[in-house]
Amino acid sequence: MNFDFTPKQLAIKKMITEFVDSEVKPYADEADKEEKFPEKQIKKLAKLGIMGMSIPEKYGGAELDNVSQTIIMEEVSRGCSATAVSMGAHASLACHPLVNFGTEDQKKRFLPKLASGEYLGAFALTEPNAGSDAVNVQTTAVKDKDEYIINGNKIFITNGGTADLINIVATTDKGKRHHGLAVFTLETKDLKGFELGKKEDKLGLRGSNTQELVFKDMRVPKENMVGGIEGEGFKISMSVFNSGRIGIGVQGVGIAQAAFDEALKYIQEREQFGRKLHKFQALQFMLSDMATRIDAARLLCYRAAHVKDQGKRYVKEAAMAKLYGAETAMEITRKALQIHGGYGYTKDYPLERFYRDAKITEIYEGTSEIQRLVIAAELLGRGF
Amino acid sequence: MNIIVCIKQVPDTNEVKIDPKTGTLKREGVPTIMNPDDKHALIEAVKIKKKTKAQITVLSMGPPQAEEALREALALGADQAILLCDRAFAGSDTWATANAIGGAIKTIGNYDLLLFGRQAIDGDTAQVGPQVAELLNIPQITYAQKIETEKNKVKVERQMEDGYEIIESNIPCLITCISEINETEYPTLKGIRQAYKKEVKVWSADQAKVDKSKIGLLNSPTSVKKSFTPPAKGQGQTLKGSIKDIAKEIIDLLKERELTGGF
Ligand SMILES: Cc1cc2nc3c(=O)[nH]c(=O)nc-3n(C[C@H](O)[C@H](O)[C@H](O)COP(=O)(O)OP(=O)(O)OC[C@H]3O[C@@H](n4cnc5c(N)ncnc54)[C@H](O)[C@@H]3O)c2cc1C
Repeated sequence: MNFDFTPKQLAIKKMITEFVDSEVKPYADEADKEEKFPEKQIKKLAKLGIMGMSIPEKYGGAELDNVSQTIIMEEVSRGCSATAVSMGAHASLACHPLVNFGTEDQKKRFLPKLASGEYLGAFALTEPNAGSDAVNVQTTAVKDKDEYIINGNKIFITNGGTADLINIVATTDKGKRHHGLAVFTLETKDLKGFELGKKEDKLGLRGSNTQELVFKDMRVPKENMVGGIEGEGFKISMSVFNSGRIGIGVQGVGIAQAAFDEALKYIQEREQFGRKLHKFQALQFMLSDMATRIDAARLLCYRAAHVKDQGKRYVKEAAMAKLYGAETAMEITRKALQIHGGYGYTKDYPLERFYRDAKITEIYEGTSEIQRLVIAAELLGRGF
Repeated sequence: MNIIVCIKQVPDTNEVKIDPKTGTLKREGVPTIMNPDDKHALIEAVKIKKKTKAQITVLSMGPPQAEEALREALALGADQAILLCDRAFAGSDTWATANAIGGAIKTIGNYDLLLFGRQAIDGDTAQVGPQVAELLNIPQITYAQKIETEKNKVKVERQMEDGYEIIESNIPCLITCISEINETEYPTLKGIRQAYKKEVKVWSADQAKVDKSKIGLLNSPTSVKKSFTPPAKGQGQTLKGSIKDIAKEIIDLLKERELTGGF
């Protein structure tokens, strides 16, 4: 049993912590208030090689272990959760299908561009009638000689309006349900039949782009079907979600840590009844519970990443990390805001932003209810 | 071109607290960083490397943990790293440190540029760079805010209080850099990966071939007699009333304390 990061992981942590404190955190407020996509931050992350963190060295990536990727996600989330989700949707969701299931030709064509940050990526599964019920995808892909003709629409797609490459899930055979799904790689530039629909106006993550995509007789070369065989879409999507869950769990931890850091500072500055707040035992207890819970959530996330690094099955570990990380983000941001009293409720402090940003972690990449179903299925030894 | 950059690992003084009783730094649990001015010197070396294909050696004297700072330097673009690590170096003052570093630089040999940070945040002496230049008998330019390299020459802007000097020197020469010389950089993931594939050479005093009679606590001509925190200044004084009255009162107070100078 070993709870220590390796020297290399520590070097990455130090680098990303310093980077986030001076290059990401100071812009989080503006990203939120002005709904400003964190383009500059993403470019800088790309320069450091972070947009290629999940991509093998062979294709220009940094090929980081999962623990290191988790460290990066936690730190960026602590600084700005909108930047973190944009980075995560790229490095975790969009790259994953190509890295793990792509043909050699697809890897060569797309991964170097995704690794350098020349391409920003997205992953699109959700549809109006396919949310938690991810199998119920209605977007169709019909083969026409060397191409597929795709029709349908996707909603709630992170980076959807800004991405250069989008991996979408469509069905080539509705009758086959999940065995009929396939993932197609779209290069959005000059793509005929590809349109942007509604841009969501959201509670939190206001700096990130969440977009509807509309496909009208959109033609995609058959070489862009990930893996080159029909029917792989469900397997690929489940793999994307499993792996992505660790990232969302630790996004929750990062948001919780940011809120806790503010509370720890405030409690030592603010005076009421002639005493600093930290003198009140009720608040000391609150602080202790918060710190303990954040650590528990963090350990679940790093354990899941570690199990994944060992090449073992990590479905349960990832679902637990996601579930607990998300609920921790909710509880900690609520308590940290409470410690700030009325000031926490105003936009003069970042607490209300943390509170709003935390909520999404319970929803995307599988709601908390779905995580519980996944955990139960693992415990009971059957699919949900 | 061969560049040697000397770096020091220091406690992050933003996080350091001073024990009010003993007057010493509470170093325990305080994170360490590469001294900021040294980091800027290194970043400058990497810039020169990009233009001239220079080879960069980073050199540090310190405890075994200083390897971390050297790895960071490798990640930022240095080619090789040497750590001077030996009990014989312990407790060196700036003169003894300069002897250790200068001696090691002679042993490395074949250098064109020596880059130092202006000063270290845990001592603020700004002495080691200039002392090493004297020891090696090469020209030195301090407080560099810009460096241009030409064939066998450097042109440096040297920051002054009210402007800057432009100084040209033959190489080899030693330059100490201020933080304004460049923007900070972060190591890339690729840099970090490569840094952990390289070796950090650890040299004892013997391996560095330094004169052991000129290093360490016992051979240091200066010693710290006492360190203390200056007592906090008392409360300020708030004057109330009309601007005219306040102005008059301030002038009276200044006169009373003989601080008025000319009038
Ligand atoms: C900001 C944001 C970014 C997003 N980014 C992406 C993206 O990049 N790509 C992408 O494909 N999708 C994305 N999504 C979509 C997201 O993954 C879905 O919203 C999520 O999976 C939930 O689906 P739904 O909204 O349709 O909710 P529903 O599935 O309709 O769920 C409604 C409620 O019912 C519960 N529920 C549903 N089924 C069950 C069940 N069987 N048992 C118990 N409870 C159940 C849910 O837990 C929830 O509480 C994003 C969403 C948002 C808001």
